[in-house]
Amino acid sequence: MPRSDRYSIFSVFLEGLRGQTGWGPAWRKASPKPSYDVVIVGGGGHGLATAYYLAKRYGLTNVAVVEKGWIGSGNVGRNTTIVRSNYLLPGNIPFYEMSMKLWEGLEQDLNYNAMVSQRGVLNLYHSDAQRDAYARRGNAMRLHGIDAELLDREAVRSMYPWLNYDSARFPIQGGLLQRRGGTVRHDAVAWGYARGADRLGVDIIENAEVTGFRLDKGKITGVETTRGFIGANKVGLAVAGNSSRVAAMAGLTLPIESHVLQAFVSEGIKPLIDGVVTFGAGHFYVSQSDKGGLVFGGDIDGYNTYAQRGNLPVVEDVLEGGMALMPRIGRVRLLRSWGGIMDMSMDGSPIIDRTPTEGLYFNGGWCYGGFKATPASGLCFAHLIARNEPHEVARAYRLDRFRTGHMIDEKGMGNQPNLH
Amino acid sequence: MIQSSQTSRLKNRGLIDRSQPLDFTFDGVPYTGYAGDTLASALLANGVRLVGRSFKYHRPRGILTAGSEEPNALVELRSGARREPNTRATVAELFNGLEAKSQNRFPSLSLDLLAINGLVSPFLSAGFYYKTFMWPAAFWEKLYEPMIRRAAGLGRAAPEHDPDSYDKATAYCDVLVVGSGPSGLMAALSAARAGARVILADESFAFGGRLLSDARTVDGKSGADWVASVIAELKSFPGVQLMSRTTVFGAYDTGTFGAVERVADHVAIPAAGVPRQRLWRIVAKHSIIAQGAGERPIVFGNNDRPGVMLASAVRTYINRFGVAPGETAVVFSNNDEGASTIEDLVSAGVTVAGLVDTRTSLPPAIKSLARKHGIRVFEGAVVADALGGSRVTGARIIASYGAPQTVACNLIAVSGGFNPNLQVTTHQGSRPQWRDDLAAFVPGALPKGMAVSGSAKGTYGLASCLKEGAQAGAAAAAAGGFVATAAAIPAADDEPTEVSAFWHVESSKHKAFVDQQNDVTAADVRLAEREGFQSVEHLKRYTTLGMATDQGKTSNVNGLAMLAALTGKTIPATGVTAARPPYTPVAIGALAGEHRDKHFKPTRLTPSHDWAKERGAVFIETGLWLRAQYFPKPGETDWLTTVSREVTTVRNSVGVCDVSTLGKIEIHGTDAGKFLDRVYINMMSTLGVGKARYGMMLREDGIAMDDGTAARFADDRYFITTTTANAIKVLQHLEFCRQWVWPELDVQLFPVSDQWAQYSVAGPRARDLLAKIVDAPFDISNAAFPYMAVAELTVLGGIKARLYRLSFSGEMAYEIAVPARHGDLLMRTLMSKGEEFGVTPYGTEALGVMRIEKGHVAGPELNGTTTCADLGLGKMASTKKDFIGRILSQRPGLADPNRPRVVGFKPVDKSARLRGGAHFIAKDAEPVARNDLGFMTSVAFSPSLGHWVGLGFLAGAESRMGEILRAVDPVRNSDILVEVVSPVFYDGEGARLRV
Amino acid sequence: MRINCPHCGERSLDEFSYLGDAVVRPDPASPNAQDAFYAYGYERANVAGPMQELWYHAAGCHAWLVVTRDTRTHEISEVKSAQEVALARQKVAGTAQ
Repeated sequence: MPRSDRYSIFSVFLEGLRGQTGWGPAWRKASPKPSYDVVIVGGGGHGLATAYYLAKRYGLTNVAVVEKGWIGSGNVGRNTTIVRSNYLLPGNIPFYEMSMKLWEGLEQDLNYNAMVSQRGVLNLYHSDAQRDAYARRGNAMRLHGIDAELLDREAVRSMYPWLNYDSARFPIQGGLLQRRGGTVRHDAVAWGYARGADRLGVDIIENAEVTGFRLDKGKITGVETTRGFIGANKVGLAVAGNSSRVAAMAGLTLPIESHVLQAFVSEGIKPLIDGVVTFGAGHFYVSQSDKGGLVFGGDIDGYNTYAQRGNLPVVEDVLEGGMALMPRIGRVRLLRSWGGIMDMSMDGSPIIDRTPTEGLYFNGGWCYGGFKATPASGLCFAHLIARNEPHEVARAYRLDRFRTGHMIDEKGMGNQPNLH
Repeated sequence: MIQSSQTSRLKNRGLIDRSQPLDFTFDGVPYTGYAGDTLASALLANGVRLVGRSFKYHRPRGILTAGSEEPNALVELRSGARREPNTRATVAELFNGLEAKSQNRFPSLSLDLLAINGLVSPFLSAGFYYKTFMWPAAFWEKLYEPMIRRAAGLGRAAPEHDPDSYDKATAYCDVLVVGSGPSGLMAALSAARAGARVILADESFAFGGRLLSDARTVDGKSGADWVASVIAELKSFPGVQLMSRTTVFGAYDTGTFGAVERVADHVAIPAAGVPRQRLWRIVAKHSIIAQGAGERPIVFGNNDRPGVMLASAVRTYINRFGVAPGETAVVFSNNDEGASTIEDLVSAGVTVAGLVDTRTSLPPAIKSLARKHGIRVFEGAVVADALGGSRVTGARIIASYGAPQTVACNLIAVSGGFNPNLQVTTHQGSRPQWRDDLAAFVPGALPKGMAVSGSAKGTYGLASCLKEGAQAGAAAAAAGGFVATAAAIPAADDEPTEVSAFWHVESSKHKAFVDQQNDVTAADVRLAEREGFQSVEHLKRYTTLGMATDQGKTSNVNGLAMLAALTGKTIPATGVTAARPPYTPVAIGALAGEHRDKHFKPTRLTPSHDWAKERGAVFIETGLWLRAQYFPKPGETDWLTTVSREVTTVRNSVGVCDVSTLGKIEIHGTDAGKFLDRVYINMMSTLGVGKARYGMMLREDGIAMDDGTAARFADDRYFITTTTANAIKVLQHLEFCRQWVWPELDVQLFPVSDQWAQYSVAGPRARDLLAKIVDAPFDISNAAFPYMAVAELTVLGGIKARLYRLSFSGEMAYEIAVPARHGDLLMRTLMSKGEEFGVTPYGTEALGVMRIEKGHVAGPELNGTTTCADLGLGKMASTKKDFIGRILSQRPGLADPNRPRVVGFKPVDKSARLRGGAHFIAKDAEPVARNDLGFMTSVAFSPSLGHWVGLGFLAGAESRMGEILRAVDPVRNSDILVEVVSPVFYDGEGARLRV
Repeated sequence: MRINCPHCGERSLDEFSYLGDAVVRPDPASPNAQDAFYAYGYERANVAGPMQELWYHAAGCHAWLVVTRDTRTHEISEVKSAQEVALARQKVAGTAQ
């Protein structure tokens, strides 16, 4: 019986008839070869996307992704699934817009339905100053050719008539809407890229934790792992959350702190919220998954941590924001909360750059914006590794920008990562 | 008609109160139950077996459990604004008038059209959606996804704002005991007797746990009677807090627990002033987790049919609620629970048509028990399939010997062994340990201060649970410094608890459900494994196993055991997914507490707020403050008219503005001047006593942080103001500098923001007005008290006050401060004494207009990314000293002279309106990003000039003075021409300040 | 998480705000001040394990604290007044000179 490999109406129908027995593994359980042209450390969304684009766009197929646990076990598997390109600063806008465009074509490209769903991202404002700040942002987006609409209170009300308009401590005055924003089924992004990369010959090596780097005369020659030494001409780090820890093995100190961001999901309910809504007067944003759960989050806990869990004060803070915005959900129940470790950079923007070690490349500092960046991050990191020069839209993401004073600080919080 | 028959209610059995009948409805049909019932037990008493429809295939579902782990019997409770989706009927306490509806069905529970999903289920395997719905791409948002979204979800959120209130509280104790079963009660008793402050929390409305469900005796009393005696003793200790209806849902760092108390969920509507629920933060020095163990089902064909029930639930319904959940039962077990179940069934008059045990050789005691009651025993056998549709009608039994046989029954009591309820022990990252002898995970390494006891630890026998609890309670009290001995162990037996691991009946051809709520079948687990989703986390995420509202309490272990069998690994090597808080789902309203609507955040009011309200002020939220935005006069219909009148009055006569919200800090000590020199970019140590100076602070990264004024009242006594927005941040920063950076300096900081009410009195007649209130002999003349002078004085006949000759408006102006309690009086006096000058109060809008006319930067310009040079204040920075931010402000990116600078803008067409947030483009250039020159930050209509004025950042500002640019604002469809001008629009020489 | 403030006793996390690595401000007069301030501002410790960090008792006594906390477990082993730590550090530096 032939294996069904490509997903099509035909194969789905056929497998339905024969009890789903013809599907093979989405990706091979590869064992490490002695060496590769490129080793990507980190089997999360960014690492897998990097491997996929290295193979697909840059013709490098002798590539391995090494992952300490199971692929997708980092933040690609524990985020709130939002994609958008509503950025303010020129250093960020083209990058995130490229990511948005890649999302829009992702499923056809990967032959995998990651449920990219463009149901709109609405940022609410509650004061004239906030409105003008969003106008500045929306205008910057429009000048970059990106969709953005500034809504007044009545336009917001017609989209979401049941938010708290009449008894709010900080009344809703309007919102900035990006209709092309939305959500993506997060785990499926990791699996889709893994499957795509695997089909192009990339080895995905799970349960292989990197324990060190081997150098020869200042040039990288491979990585030590719990599954043995793996030689490599080039090594790319995509281990956001643990960047400082891994980079330290290569003698690198990074302008990054690790912080926990909690996320939340409610019990499944019938459709309530179509798109993504962010509350401008508290720490709260929400969308609803296709399964019916309200998926929401807020601020990071605010202290350095490597424990994937947070504490009660932030739980309360987030839920207070939720009730302030949507008093209808008081009797809906919180089902689960969890934490992910964020690479919080010193200006709130990421880093995709070479390192002082030849052949060692770094991708990290995603703060809590990493998920939406996955495709562009993968593509730009692949470009950097393959060509040894930055991709056009990621030129600003330099490692030395803090030293030279070229920060990309969307929120204006300075070198205090827990405020970004 | 209303009085239904409760046909399944047992006579003289159960802990319900038959003297209190309660009426309720389910799907509109009226029924009656009793006080002490749950909705589930009352439905069962009335013979209702079909309660819900499943998530994906819409299969008929009944009641599987008697506790908070229920996956199937989820209903919408109450109606209207109080509608609660997904309420577990098994924990919903019955009350008079309770309304419940089944959910996720159309048009009705018995006829659900979406049950057609079951027919196409061969195509709806785990993860099918990842492989399809891609053609054509545009159909996803338009067709496929809306269809999926409509079908998904279970109950419906309430249609209106939640009308009930919620509350939060914090409790402290020496020992927190979670769970009031035999172990928990003994733990609480031992700790309480030692004198410890104890909190005993239980999720149920009755204490006792399994003692209420088992027909066992303790100390010769029935379980319930023994529980009552212990509770009575616990109540006698003043330091003991008994919390029923309270679920401890999460364990956090340093002994902090989250708990939710259902204060008024057992009544139709909370009484006035009573919250529906209360969030407790319990801070415990020691905790004892005694949450018992949950039974797991065995996975077999059609194991989701209404009438398949956990054996322990069957026993609970019989013993605690006096309900027979069926008339003819088959018991299917892999452990000794089967025997206890037989006894309870027989005693309840239920016919037991067979005991099916997977073990090939049953203990003799069980066999003789079965023989005694004439029950057929199937050793080494399984129930392969449940028969029937919306109700079980029989069991197909396959033994290792003989042909499959069908036994008629309408209840299948199933027991696959027990899982310790260890979720709370893992919330801080601890991983459970596998024990082969129990075929279960038990708690691993525990967080500091936490202990586990009884069934939650895998200790199942009743006597052992009692003993372990007593020891744990004594140990916790002793660790807290109390002299403690374990309470004497009451007489009880250990029941047999032998188990043989058995998870899944593979011989069935029918759908066999692992996760009943999410409709994850054994075939889905096989498919996931085949497709490489072989990590337990991948299995969960790919199939959604364990992601339903029960977080997999009845499904996770079965699922991973099946995965282990497929991959050939052991269960411990396969691992387990982590349980996350909350232990059971918690109402969002409870976690928010009182922080909603107007009470979402505190509201700060200035001392003269009431006066402003009387005066008809329109208020605006400024951070936590409510500030007067403007003061409309009768007949003024739009804000611009009012604001322009306020500005004009200030510019021509005098106005008063409440500026009490400014941050205010006293800085004392012999090194105060030195300290301020280091935190401001300009010199403050050279400031003369009796003088004030404008100052700017940077962050250490060289970016402007805040501006304000510093005044010197004595050599060692300064007073500074901060912006309203940064009052707290600046204090924190200064404390950092004082304590950590320069601890050697003799400096003290006193935050006095709330101590002073402060008012700006501005305009050509400001001095005339103030002259009327300052006490003699203070000389307020320009010569004696010039621009930037400060003084301590008294006003209004002896009220202590401070006067500052400062101006934000650009007019001759003062700020006058009095102790907060006199603010209201001062404001009223200024208004009455100013009548002859036509004084006006003015609000934040007029304040903003005048500061823009004067080109003063404020919040929109100090946006956290601008340097003092960007703000046009570069020359203020002293070159004679170090200060916070100096070094890093020299980085090339910040010192770049081509950075955008603040300049002024006015419209070429004087009637055109400027907009904050517009971007600047050269006049002839295309409006695209590469031509973006900057953006507008602040705009105002200037009544003084008769047109709009604006401030903004512009690249190459110096060379563009006088240039005409486009201010494009595509989000508001505006594109106008503006002229680049000096940011100071009014009185550029500052002549008006000094008169 | 609860922090045992030396002035106020043990208090809940929400009373405190966090700064991070308890690093010392470099000497602005030193010849390599640019590098030193860059490291001070941007290359802060981010260890997985015990770490000395600065917390501020914002809703309490306004003291800055040096807290030794394990970032893997959140377990706090020591809390000291930042001012006392800073003074002791200066004393040591003074003695060394």
